[in-house]
Amino acid sequence: MQAVFFYLFATIMIASAGVVIFARNPVHSVLFLILAFCNGAGLFLLAGAEFLAMILIVVYVGAVAVLFLFVVMMLDVDFAELKQGFAKYLPVGVGVGVVVLAELGFVALGWSSAPSAADAAANPIIPQMSNTAALGQILYTKYVIFFQASALVLLTAMIGAIVLTLHHKPNIKRQKIDEQNARTRENVIEIKKVPFRTGV
Amino acid sequence: MLTIGLTHYLVVAAVLFTLGVAGIILNRKNIIVILMSVELILLAVKLNFVAFSQSLADLTGQVFALFVLTVAAAEAAIGLAILVTFYRNRGTIAVEDINSLKG
Repeated sequence: MQAVFFYLFATIMIASAGVVIFARNPVHSVLFLILAFCNGAGLFLLAGAEFLAMILIVVYVGAVAVLFLFVVMMLDVDFAELKQGFAKYLPVGVGVGVVVLAELGFVALGWSSAPSAADAAANPIIPQMSNTAALGQILYTKYVIFFQASALVLLTAMIGAIVLTLHHKPNIKRQKIDEQNARTRENVIEIKKVPFRTGV
Repeated sequence: MLTIGLTHYLVVAAVLFTLGVAGIILNRKNIIVILMSVELILLAVKLNFVAFSQSLADLTGQVFALFVLTVAAAEAAIGLAILVTFYRNRGTIAVEDINSLKG
């Protein structure tokens, strides 16, 4: 049963990753990226990383992929023009792909871990504890510095993204509340004595 | 064949990584698809971490995958922000036009 689901998730994930890089329309690319991430989350579940699977769906499908979709739809770009060099780059791309796949394949298939590797586990998985509880147990104690550092990375990214994209247009009329509140009768009303039939 | 081991995960992650690398080369003009290919590569990396974590019964791999996920999210946000700013200034996102250092 596990094998059936593994092959199902793996096949859909790789097929949709292929569509991501070959699709003509970037919106299709984003949607298939979401499908690839959902199936990746399925593979994580099969590997026993339940917490990471849920985080993958929340963070990637919920935030990152929607961000991509937002940017693709916001930028009014002629994507057919960007697709033009595709045939020219195809031989190079396939060549590099074959080489990388061959190298990774040699490593993945001709590799074995030392029998003592499993005994050297720094944080052994305890079967009685749920995955989330076990992760929290070490994340907030042993790896708390790295946890804080990753929070700093996210803070920097947030501030950077806001600073990069925020810009004030000069010719927009805005409400100035402090100036409005500072108005008094004395400095905004001028009383003039108007002589009869002459005007101001 | 019917028991799923470490090698199965490694092969799937290798194929995914290859697709990501090929995607960067094939879509050399379209920076949005390049960013998506980088996300695919990082997904392959996470898959490797989780597979080794399961195989060695060690949680460290999952903790590291969590940090990879954090960095990947930050990278996507910053990359897209730079892209939006660039589009606003130049009116294009073609990678070939990004060749001047002085803004």
